Amino acid sequence: MHNVISLLLRRMRLPLIVLISTYAIAVVGLTLIPGVDDQGNPWRMDFFHAIYFVSFLGSTIGFGEIPYPFTGAQRMWTTFTIYAAVVSWLYAIGTILTIIQDPGFRRVLAFSSFVRRVHRLQEPFYVVCGYGDASRSLVRELSERAIRCVVVEQDQGKIQDLAVEDLPDYVPGLNEDATDSDSLIAAGLKLPSCRGIIALTGDDASNLTIAITSKLLAPDLPVVCQSDSKDSAANMASFGTNHIIDPFEIFATRFAMMFHSPSMYLVYEWMTAVHGAPLSEFKRPPTGIWVLCSFGRFGKAVREHMSVEGVKTRLIEADTDATGAPLDTIEGRGTEADTLLDADIQDAVGVIAGTDNDANNLSILITARYLNPKLFTVARQNQQKKDPIFEAADIDLIMQPGKIVAQYILGLILAPLLSDFFRLARNQTDEWANVLVSRIAGVVADVTPDTWELKISPQQSPAVYDSLDRKQNVLLRDICADPANRSQMLPCVPLLIKRHGVGMLLPEMEEGLQSGDHILFCGRQESSNQIRSIVNDQQALNYIQTGIDRPSGTIWRWLTD
Amino acid sequence: MNLEKVIFAFFSILALTLNYGFFIGDIDDPTHHNVYELFAALIVSLIATIMKFGDRAHIGALLLATSLVADLQLIAAALVWGYVVYVAQSPLEPSVMASIVSLSGGALLANLTSVILLVVETVTFRR
Repeated sequence: MHNVISLLLRRMRLPLIVLISTYAIAVVGLTLIPGVDDQGNPWRMDFFHAIYFVSFLGSTIGFGEIPYPFTGAQRMWTTFTIYAAVVSWLYAIGTILTIIQDPGFRRVLAFSSFVRRVHRLQEPFYVVCGYGDASRSLVRELSERAIRCVVVEQDQGKIQDLAVEDLPDYVPGLNEDATDSDSLIAAGLKLPSCRGIIALTGDDASNLTIAITSKLLAPDLPVVCQSDSKDSAANMASFGTNHIIDPFEIFATRFAMMFHSPSMYLVYEWMTAVHGAPLSEFKRPPTGIWVLCSFGRFGKAVREHMSVEGVKTRLIEADTDATGAPLDTIEGRGTEADTLLDADIQDAVGVIAGTDNDANNLSILITARYLNPKLFTVARQNQQKKDPIFEAADIDLIMQPGKIVAQYILGLILAPLLSDFFRLARNQTDEWANVLVSRIAGVVADVTPDTWELKISPQQSPAVYDSLDRKQNVLLRDICADPANRSQMLPCVPLLIKRHGVGMLLPEMEEGLQSGDHILFCGRQESSNQIRSIVNDQQALNYIQTGIDRPSGTIWRWLTD
Repeated sequence: MNLEKVIFAFFSILALTLNYGFFIGDIDDPTHHNVYELFAALIVSLIATIMKFGDRAHIGALLLATSLVADLQLIAAALVWGYVVYVAQSPLEPSVMASIVSLSGGALLANLTSVILLVVETVTFRR
């Protein structure tokens, strides 16, 4: 991209030369034309007065004829000068206005101001490519948690949406194609404070290009990609994309989980919920025969996971050939009563509307519920702006790809240990999940829990680190106690300790800490601040461990000892 | 033949020659240094500067820098002249004339560098 100043100067060459030449000719003319002074003696204007006169004349201020009244020749020359100066000024100003309004120049201007803003970001930041539904909620959640990000989006309308969005932090947006390596570099791909690239353009091929570009230009930078198909997911994984997110797969896994382990589903749901959202009500889906409308990527994932759970589905699909639907599929869209009746909707227990058209999905559910009011309804909501309609439709479970992707990425950013936790939790029993759910519910009361991490290191927890360094034992209980009253525990649940790369699920409170431990907590947000104050404050830690509030000053210590 | 290059070289060299014309003569004798020549040297030098605007090659940046130096020196010379004659309202003393001419001598050096750079660029230009 070009330098804005040099671009402007190059286009201003001719107008500036015209302006200077006009002034020079006018000045020389005035010094050459004979005049008379107030005594009637022949007199010639000097350079100083000529420049003074032309300067105020050219800017059409006009102080009059100085220092003596002009002769006819001088007036004629002045008349010529006035027109020449006005025309040259119009030409110069007109050229500036033309340049400023030129779309190409504006693009260069926006680009370079974006680059400047990105370079001025002092804090670590993430590059979000694409500004669709998923990015929109992700950017909002990040900026509400004071994590900086920048957005690259090709669609001008969406960048304008970002500009008018009321975010707590300023989020720079660039209106360029994110698959272009120049735009990625401008967004700070190579800056040391860049923490990761998040590719959510809504198009697998673009996400793939972004992932390859950033892996080649900045191999150590984590890349998170959305992928809607297994093909491109495998392709992305082949060159080391760190996280590949398939919202349909995530939803299908969780939906299947609702059948066999509702508590486990709740654990997943709560850990990746929106900041401060109310604890979700849970309605267990009935087992029996389900009607699944559409056999696209969503339908395939859901059917596959449901069949693993032993739940039978009857398919309705409009285009059976293209989707490769099985033979017993009923052909149709599912929006009409006939097709639904063909699929025996009256003896089904639930219906899943999974087409990529929101209006059709709503129509399917409303028709189905009319035919069988007891149905459990599941809808795929493709566009976030349809929130009010979907809420009004009173649907049992709504799947929003954008929301799922945003929450998943947010979890990765805020608490990378969460993915370790989920991996280990998957192998646990339903009883284990039941216990955990009731523990968490007891701690957080009525809003979803926050998750956060703590590392036992000199930077993050100096007090604990120093104690361990002095060979004093510090138990997990010690950092989870209320610093105001040591017999009370803070409203939090330690979920995982990662030590030397090995995860320890739901550690006991009596567990001794070691330096280098990575701990994942969940609970109320205020307890995260209190834990942070304990691990930073030797005195608070001492009090919790011993029950004695020792003075910290030397004199007081000497007095009390 | 590239007309743009011709005009560019024309102004660079004209700036140098006019500058030289003003500079030559007894350094403190006002009759040897014409005010019109100084004015012409200044205007041509300004135009030469503008022609160098926006050239992002390294030699272009150097040319622009030398041109700006010449402008600055000539403007300083003109200001000294104007100040002494019209603000202080004293006659042109030989000492004042000497300082005006020596300022233009500095501009002459800058213009000379500019032309040397131009020649270097032309010599290394191959196509």
